[in-house]
Amino acid sequence: MNLLCEVSRPGRRAVTISPGAFPEPASLPAGLRRAQPAALPEVSELDVVRHFTQLSLRNYSVDANFYPLGSCTMKYNPKAADAIASQPGLLSAHPLQALLPGAAAACRGPLQVIGHLQELLAEITGMAAVTTQPLAGAHGELTGIMLIAAWHRAHGSKKKYVIVPDSSHGTNPASAAMAGYGIITIPTAADGFMDLARYREKLTDEVAAVMMTSPDTLGLFNPRIREIADLAHAAGALMYYDGANLNAILGKVRPGDVGFDVVHINLHKTFATPHGGGGPGAGPVGVVEKLIPYLPLPRVVRAKDVAVGFTISTEAPESIGAVSPFFGNFGILVRAYAYILMLGKEGLIDATEKAVLNANYIRQKLKDVYHLPYDRTCMHECVFSAKQQLAHGVHAIDIAKYLIDRGYHPPTVYFPLIVPEAIMIEPTETESKETLDAFIAVMRDAAATAVADPDALHHAPTTRCVTRLDETKAARELRVNHVP
Amino acid sequence: MLQVCGVSSIEALFADIPASLRTASFNLPPGRTEQEITGTAAAWISHTAVHSRSFIGAGYYDHFIPAAVDALANRSEFVTAYTPYQPECAQGTLQALFEYQTAICRLTGMDAANASLYDGGSALAEAGMMALRITKRNKVVVTGDVNPLHRRILETYFRTLGSDVVTVPAKNHAPDLAALAAAIDDKTAAVLVQNPDFYGGIHDFAPLADLAHKTGALLVMSCYPIALGMLKTPAEHGADIAVGDGQSLGNPLSFGGPYLGYIATRRQYIRQLPGRIIGETVDTQGRRGFVLTLQAREQHIRREKATSNICSNQSLCALRAVIYLSLLGKQGFVELAERLYRTTAYARQQFQAAGFPLPQTGPVFNEFVVTLPRPAARVVSRLHLVSQLSVGLPLAALSAGTEHNLLVSFTEQHDRADIDTLIAALAEQAAKA
Repeated sequence: MNLLCEVSRPGRRAVTISPGAFPEPASLPAGLRRAQPAALPEVSELDVVRHFTQLSLRNYSVDANFYPLGSCTMKYNPKAADAIASQPGLLSAHPLQALLPGAAAACRGPLQVIGHLQELLAEITGMAAVTTQPLAGAHGELTGIMLIAAWHRAHGSKKKYVIVPDSSHGTNPASAAMAGYGIITIPTAADGFMDLARYREKLTDEVAAVMMTSPDTLGLFNPRIREIADLAHAAGALMYYDGANLNAILGKVRPGDVGFDVVHINLHKTFATPHGGGGPGAGPVGVVEKLIPYLPLPRVVRAKDVAVGFTISTEAPESIGAVSPFFGNFGILVRAYAYILMLGKEGLIDATEKAVLNANYIRQKLKDVYHLPYDRTCMHECVFSAKQQLAHGVHAIDIAKYLIDRGYHPPTVYFPLIVPEAIMIEPTETESKETLDAFIAVMRDAAATAVADPDALHHAPTTRCVTRLDETKAARELRVNHVP
Repeated sequence: MLQVCGVSSIEALFADIPASLRTASFNLPPGRTEQEITGTAAAWISHTAVHSRSFIGAGYYDHFIPAAVDALANRSEFVTAYTPYQPECAQGTLQALFEYQTAICRLTGMDAANASLYDGGSALAEAGMMALRITKRNKVVVTGDVNPLHRRILETYFRTLGSDVVTVPAKNHAPDLAALAAAIDDKTAAVLVQNPDFYGGIHDFAPLADLAHKTGALLVMSCYPIALGMLKTPAEHGADIAVGDGQSLGNPLSFGGPYLGYIATRRQYIRQLPGRIIGETVDTQGRRGFVLTLQAREQHIRREKATSNICSNQSLCALRAVIYLSLLGKQGFVELAERLYRTTAYARQQFQAAGFPLPQTGPVFNEFVVTLPRPAARVVSRLHLVSQLSVGLPLAALSAGTEHNLLVSFTEQHDRADIDTLIAALAEQAAKA
């Protein structure tokens, strides 16, 4: 398919901007002007509409297909939440209005959404307060580590390290490193959980924080998580909860009750906001009481006058500062808020239970044909290995590509890194038994084909607009900008 | 299903969670129907300020968004997909982002852009950190007329990192070029500037770029992208990294987000760019296709040694940006910039004629500072009450100026009558002073 700039024709256009009834101003000195106009495409509106419509048809999406991409929680995103967030009154609200006098009245609606959402998220996670400022999960992690660093600084302790298990998301060590910490990685023991002996050994008074995902990236809930938290606290470290898998435990266990001090929440995962082809997401952060003074500003807080509802706080001497300009990705916050209100207490618990049931169903139905490295009850996702298929020269990636031809978005492959040839399946609660059964049948076909005709898998996919792409060439030649 | 799982109840699947850790409280409201929630939402949406006209900008602008942007970007094939890890079933997102990167390069004159960052503020911070990696130095110098909202984010990131941000205060709402020159030394990784600056002023940073380069520092330039329809590009100024907030490219204000940040650089620094980058390649049959590239820099492979912790972008916002830019096209993009320049010049002339002091001396693009005879915050409140007019941003609200100064911003949504109304309203208030 052409790029839009390749079908460009001189003089063709879509939008015209009216010059307005203004007199001609003194011209801007040539030294301040660009030499040439930007070479944007010259195309009609229909050209643009056809182009992006055709592009959209080259995507897989939750709305069209089952999308069991492990760790990413590709659940259905209710349309009502989109509709509410798309109301003109919200879309046209300027965020700086909130920093002007009279804001509590002028911005009462948006402030209520943010303020009430903060309180709901605090209750869900067992935290004392929440900020919605971080713009994505990884941004929440960075914010959380900044809060931890600020707390240690304020308490005069110079700690140098952050502990992460080797099964963690890569964002955990990357976020901690961005905040200036050295990383201590703890291996996974044979039972699938962090090696506790090694953890005790590395947990010195130089450790600032322990970052845990619970359930972890193998989809397992560590029954000894409280012990890990107690040990961390005894050593003067704070506990960080990576909320990527919060959707597995709603109403069952709360990070705050387990001993976590900081939590980030991926609203686009647990609270069903659309993933948008890779964002925007939102990564609110919850903290225990003692970390509240360090939260970023501006904050939405309850007004002293109950009738006012929520107001803005811009003063906190110990605040870490700001990680985004206003209150976070408001459009995403509105969707998550609407989702929580629609599902309510029972609905959220039900979502968690169905997610866990669906994952265990797939685990049981496939474990005779795919190696299950940690064979025990899982939570919201299950991790297989294509080890048996490897004996036939078939890798996890080949199975993934075969699934594309059969109409499915592949599961996550090669993550977590600790499972060789990993295939990580997260069905989510929004899929029916019939959908799961159809997928299971295709996964079994893939396993059978791996034995009978491995080459068929090597050549997949064959039904898409492109076959396998040369990623090495892309990285070597680095064409990241179309140059005619 | 329970039978297949070998349990008699769903609860049995949660046996790994010790009883002592079970949720102590889960005090949430009961669920409600779509109809009920839509009704409730209508109530709080109605508690959102409505303005007959707003002149608040300060980096975030109310531009007209052509209908085709929503029609295309809201297609659920784009909205409900995720990061294109499997390129064969994500060519739609991948090609659109490649075209976005191409458009950003053409706007800025740079060689390479990434697939977007969170927003303009984090893009400025990422550019600063990128400069630290490239120069292996530990300090940046920023001019006080860079958007204060963005500088706060830069300072927050750098404080955590243990690196220094030296702020050179603006002079008469413009960069103090002599003081900036004096602040650059052999420990400086980069000088961070903005054009047009936070107050709308247009400057020539080419001499500063030369000076920075002589000491081995980079020039990072933040730009309001619409201004690049007219103004000298960051590349033409001699900048090494171009950043900015892309909200104005087809994304609504939406009370603060989601927006996107753009970042672009010169060829030699591509590998130091943070975040997702889309690259062109071929399939096994030699057909063109697009993939996530340079993933070896990224956190899911490099973990703590990654160039950044970022693991997503603002894909859907970047999609809106490239659709918007495609609809405006080469000619429309120039027309829009000229319209803003013309509108602003008219407003400036009328303010002058009405006797308001305008502290800036150089050319301005889409906004400028007006000095009022009374504290600006009070005037803003008053006029909002009496005429639902949002007349601008009191600079004191962001500690970016004295209490009598107001920043007024203009877009193509303002016609001549709107500006006349604004000035008449402010003049009436001034007369009461």
